[in-house]
Amino acid sequence: MSIIQTFELTKTYGMGEIRVRALDGVSLSIDQGEFVAVMGPSGSGKSTLMNILGCLDHPTEGRYILDSVDVSQMNRAELAGVRNARIGFIFQSYNLLPRTSALKNVMAPLLYERNNRRGKEEREAAATQALEAVGLGDRMQHLPQELSGGQQQRVAIARALVNDPAFVLADEPTGNLDSQSGEEILNLLHQLHGQGRTIVMVSHDPEIAAQAQRTIYLRDGRLESITRNGSRARAYARAEVKHEPV
Amino acid sequence: MNLSEFLQLAWESISGNKLRSLLTMLGIIIGVASVITMVGISAGTEATIEEQITGLGSNLLFVQSSFIRFGPGAGPGSGGDFTAQLRGGLVYDDAFAIADEVEGVAAVVVEQQSSETVKVGNVTLDSVTVLGSTADFPSVRDMQIGEGRYFTDQEVERKQKVAVLGSALAQELFEAADPIGQTVTAGNTKLTVIGVFEERGLVSGVDFDSQLYTPITVVFQKFTPSMFARIRGDNVRMIYVEVENPEVLDSTIEQIELLLAKRHDVTLEEADFTVTTQQDIIETREATTEAFRSLLGWVAGVSLIVGGIGIMNIMLVSVTERTREIGIRQAIGAAPQDIRWQFLTEAVTLSMAGGLIGVLVGVAGSWVFGTLSDMRTVIVTGSILLAFVSAAAVGIFFGFYPANRASQLDPIEALRHE
Repeated sequence: MSIIQTFELTKTYGMGEIRVRALDGVSLSIDQGEFVAVMGPSGSGKSTLMNILGCLDHPTEGRYILDSVDVSQMNRAELAGVRNARIGFIFQSYNLLPRTSALKNVMAPLLYERNNRRGKEEREAAATQALEAVGLGDRMQHLPQELSGGQQQRVAIARALVNDPAFVLADEPTGNLDSQSGEEILNLLHQLHGQGRTIVMVSHDPEIAAQAQRTIYLRDGRLESITRNGSRARAYARAEVKHEPV
Repeated sequence: MNLSEFLQLAWESISGNKLRSLLTMLGIIIGVASVITMVGISAGTEATIEEQITGLGSNLLFVQSSFIRFGPGAGPGSGGDFTAQLRGGLVYDDAFAIADEVEGVAAVVVEQQSSETVKVGNVTLDSVTVLGSTADFPSVRDMQIGEGRYFTDQEVERKQKVAVLGSALAQELFEAADPIGQTVTAGNTKLTVIGVFEERGLVSGVDFDSQLYTPITVVFQKFTPSMFARIRGDNVRMIYVEVENPEVLDSTIEQIELLLAKRHDVTLEEADFTVTTQQDIIETREATTEAFRSLLGWVAGVSLIVGGIGIMNIMLVSVTERTREIGIRQAIGAAPQDIRWQFLTEAVTLSMAGGLIGVLVGVAGSWVFGTLSDMRTVIVTGSILLAFVSAAAVGIFFGFYPANRASQLDPIEALRHE
């Protein structure tokens, strides 16, 4: 079952004579439980696609069906609701709230829940559980600046998961990390994938992108190719699950 | 999010940046504090005045010469030329006429004062107010004799050179010695002390304790001799009339007016005197304080607006500084109205906290002012409430624009912001 479906997504910037087509008729489909990487040189429309998939932006034309709901023409408040309930963001620069403890950072998305809002205790319990799942149960009261880059990114992953989203959108999740921390974060993503999470990851590193099941290549705003990455990714994921069942 | 969660967010942001929050609130704090202190002082003064006026007794009428009241040259036809002075104003005999001919009058007191140098032995005091009056003065002006006695009507009639001293004056002139029977020299006139008043304090700005009291006839004769006195009697500034029954005050006023108009040969429209009640005086005072109050209101308004602009300024800076935070919050699901509420709550919390601190500082200021100076201050609950409500209104008004701007930020731009 497709969790993400786009039809002829087009995004145009600028007015009149000088128009830039950042995205030019991109149609793709991502299944429930898939781990997909998006690659492309700068200017390929990668970021624009991520912004639209992340419901941070509207397509100029085309349709975007997320989890059976057409979100292409939603207003800002509705899009915020979709982001809150269905999308978990992981950014290159972590994007944690400064001067706010790890626990409160992870609790933050729950503050903005629209329906069936949970009470404070329940929110705290959910956030605690998410932090424990990423191995930071003993760092919950730490501020972001007191944590290492890898730890901060794990807090961000806990925050992405706390709302039980339809898919996780990871934008260069290892871009700011040393190779060892990057490895840990990738392991964590594979682990999530093993649990059945849908993950869309943007990366410029072919080696990292190759760990996903499929890689979507963009060039000049168009879909250049989609490749299957063989068994490596799946094997990786299964191995993780075997060692660390969560 | 609900209100308590927004308040918690606001609190975290405000307490996370204490110095800046305090500076932001400073305008509001100063505005509110100064207004509460000034209102406190004005209300205290007003209360003191009112107490003093009512302390005189509610059955007192004041008959004043209007030509003296307005002063020569103060307006067309109000004096300044010889005939107007000759004709205008109350004279000593008017007091007796009122006492004799108006019904329901309990007592009449006339006053005439002069400023003289007073000497006893080697103690010399300059510019002592010598207040000439009649025998009913202590009862009408609510003065208590401490030692000795006040002078009688006979002594007034016979122009006896006697004196009664205010308590502070007696202390200064005689210190511990008994003043009764001693002689004081006022100007060139020797007066025998026959009594000393108990302490009375300031009444309507007059220090009753440092005055010297003597029969009014002595003042006319020795201190304020007038060339007109032989023609139409001695001018007096004011006649105090105590009525028996305050409920018929209006009819008593009318009788006095008719009597004096007839005696002075004028119509009521061009009367050279005015009859006022304490109520009139209170109303005049209130009109003055009302003007002062509205001035305070303007000061308060201006300072609150300045404070509000300060808050708006800092909130705008804060929105710019926290653009990335706004972007993060938007990404994880904050809708525009969530962001708007967050910043609005912060602005209102800042302004109301400023209001609260201002109230505390103002109350403390009033207290300190009241303790350190002779002025009395009163804490007016209404002004506290008003200050608080205005502070909140300022927060909403000046917080809305920055909050709205924050809510309209594009999440992609905001996330990219460094």
